Amino acid sequence: MNNQETLWLPEAASTVAGSVDALFYFILWVSTVLFVGVIGAMILFAWRYRRKSPQDRPVPVRENKLVEASWIIIPCILVAIVFVWGFRVFLELGVAPPNSYEINVRARTWSWLFEYPNGAASTELHVPVNRPVKLKMSSEDVTHSFFVPAFRVKQDVLQGRYTYAWFEATRQDTFQVFCAEYCGSAHSLMVTSVVVQSQDAFEAWLADNVLDESLTPAERGERLYTQQGCFACHSLDGTETTGPSFQGLAGSVRTFTDGTSTEADANYLRTSIVNPAEKIVAGFEPLMPGQYATTLSAEEVDALVAFIEEQ
Amino acid sequence: MSAASHSYLQAGRGIGSWLLTTDHKRIGILYAVAIATFFLLGGILAMLVRTELAAPGETIIGPDQYNQIFTLHGVVMVFLVIIPAIPGILGNFVLPIQIGAKDVAFPRLNLASWYIFMAGALMAVCGWILVGRVDTGWTFYTPYSSGASNAVLWLTSAVFVAGFASIFTGLNFIVTVHKMRAPGMTWSRLPLFVWAVYATAIVQVLATPVIGITMVLLFLEKLLQIGIFDPALGGDPVLFQHFFWFYSHPAVYIMILPAMGIISDLMGTFSRQQVSGYTFIALSSVAIAFLGFLVWGHHMFVAGQSALSSIIFSMLTFLIGIPTGIKVFNWVATMYRGSVWLRTPMLYALMFLFLFTIGGLTGIMVGVLAVDVHLHDTYFVVAHFHYVMMGGALIGLIGGMHYWWPKITGRLYNETAGRIAAILVFVGFNLTFFTQFILGSQGMPRRYHDYASFMASYPEAAMLNMASTAGSYILAVGLVMILVYCLHSLLRGRKAPPNPWGACTLEWTHTGPVPDAHNFHETPLVTRGPYDFHIADDVFGTADKDL
Repeated sequence: MNNQETLWLPEAASTVAGSVDALFYFILWVSTVLFVGVIGAMILFAWRYRRKSPQDRPVPVRENKLVEASWIIIPCILVAIVFVWGFRVFLELGVAPPNSYEINVRARTWSWLFEYPNGAASTELHVPVNRPVKLKMSSEDVTHSFFVPAFRVKQDVLQGRYTYAWFEATRQDTFQVFCAEYCGSAHSLMVTSVVVQSQDAFEAWLADNVLDESLTPAERGERLYTQQGCFACHSLDGTETTGPSFQGLAGSVRTFTDGTSTEADANYLRTSIVNPAEKIVAGFEPLMPGQYATTLSAEEVDALVAFIEEQ
Repeated sequence: MSAASHSYLQAGRGIGSWLLTTDHKRIGILYAVAIATFFLLGGILAMLVRTELAAPGETIIGPDQYNQIFTLHGVVMVFLVIIPAIPGILGNFVLPIQIGAKDVAFPRLNLASWYIFMAGALMAVCGWILVGRVDTGWTFYTPYSSGASNAVLWLTSAVFVAGFASIFTGLNFIVTVHKMRAPGMTWSRLPLFVWAVYATAIVQVLATPVIGITMVLLFLEKLLQIGIFDPALGGDPVLFQHFFWFYSHPAVYIMILPAMGIISDLMGTFSRQQVSGYTFIALSSVAIAFLGFLVWGHHMFVAGQSALSSIIFSMLTFLIGIPTGIKVFNWVATMYRGSVWLRTPMLYALMFLFLFTIGGLTGIMVGVLAVDVHLHDTYFVVAHFHYVMMGGALIGLIGGMHYWWPKITGRLYNETAGRIAAILVFVGFNLTFFTQFILGSQGMPRRYHDYASFMASYPEAAMLNMASTAGSYILAVGLVMILVYCLHSLLRGRKAPPNPWGACTLEWTHTGPVPDAHNFHETPLVTRGPYDFHIADDVFGTADKDL
């Protein structure tokens, strides 16, 4: 795999970059051949059949079925190839390996905040080399987009919803992170770096960057669980009272009063906190107050989600 | 024919005879004057954008002004130039004559469309100047636009109003084509320009209400705080993008289909040959018009829509790419064993083939899921849509204007000046936008006021941006040159014969140098197809001999 910058693409520093680049260059070369063919024929015809006299009266050309069939079938085959190829690489880009190291990403106009599982936080992204990293991203205001050209990774970051991106860096170096979705005055300054380090260096950095008073998101969530009085209706030991227990909740399949069902992922948990009446699990009443969308900050909701995910 | 005395240009005098006219030809000219003015405005804004980007850091304007200027550039060029241009100017002037009709089906509605368009256009431009300089980009994405000042409502209202002009024009053309064709003008004898404008009209009528509704929802949300798109109010931020592209992707076909129609007519006339694959080109315009409604999600591969949606949208996108590619092959094949006459309009047709093929092939590139993840929201996309919108739609319009100019004005323009300007436009355009493909695939995000940070990883960005800016100046010189020799032609141009190109369609064969107020002395009887040069004895010897 060629990692160096080429005329068209920047250096490649992630496991998926090679697959994306191979497809890019395949399309580029096929396009070049098609383009040269079309424009070559155009120039050839314009010269070969140029007008000789105002009285030129060309004979109509009979349609050639073989030529017409070929220019329908060949493009169909070519786009079928690039579609299937693009689809397979897209799945590779979209599905994070199960053992990924998860980092929270918070975007706001015009900066990035990265939160690590041990409670460390930074405005530059630090990641270990050769280990899949999964980003769980949300925005505090307008839509942003997380873009690392060297990794061929881009994903919009939305308010009120988590989106995900993942990558596995293959080289220890520093790469640029851009915001790719227009977000106002300092859009072009919403830039940071991703620092790829060896596992040891990364862990040392993590240990140095835990803020003294900071807790992990889950620990903060546990505190909120008590402070906000969630325990009154939601047990941690599986006992079902007014509301569903948090034990084993994350990841389980929930069936609702309207008969539909879904997996309790982070987005479901978040929605159930800020808009509890939207989906009512079968067997329960819609009793939970709807105030949390305004009384809890985005960090607090995240912390609660992280806490519930651990139960 | 003593044409001069019956010419539509002489049918009335004074400003009132223009502003209150119901003649489709004069309304076409009203559109031409208005749209040329907006094109000049949009072009000046583009020059400001390119000048700012000539060097990293702040060059001539600050970030907020830059954001406001590229927003107005986009709004003006999309909503006030490219969408209305070809149907408004050439659709109005040419379509009724090409089918042998005296006028469009609803002449008063036609005039009303122009006034509605002007109301929308003035709301947009004056609102931006007087009420507030909106900086949301022409896409008005929420939640950014939810938080912007209320001035954004002026701009969205303007888009809402201008939309009705588009709907009425489309409605008018659909009825005109169905009900007003001359005897013998069967569907298989319609010039391909008519087919293209007809297909466009269907999209205008079906798609434009969606942008209107979306703008009303945005209005309601901002004024009444009803949560629709803004997550802070409980809305869905991605929903706006769905609504917006549900109109704006079909709108891409509103822009490009009529240009494809012009190119078909030009290739036939200047090759003096039947347009290869006539039936295919005609019906594929209609097919593209319908398929165009099903691909909006390809603008949102990384926006947070489901992966399954992205996959389906990608597949449908390729489905629409195939007929487009086949049209290109057919246009090239039309020259085969023809008699190719490289006059200025034909130079633009060949330029269209060159630029639009690049635009189409890079469209495949950004339609491929995995590759688009990297390219989305970079300059690669900016370059791609300029190749399609300007290299396709506007070059088609300029080619069409050069083709029909003698019929519209009764005058010829200077051919040498026309060719030099065409070369300047071609060189300038490619220098401006081809460099942006490389900048984009190297990772430069779009809508960047300052690319100093990007240069840290890609120092060549300075040189490529400088080249792009230089190209835009060459392009501007070419376009200004066109304006100058067209004005010269109006005042001093040589009188045009009725059929200077030896064309076969009714506007050339059945009218004088300038059409009469009612187009024809008697209703034409159509006995041949639009490109049947081999049986059109009457068109030979009519062409302009002073090359």
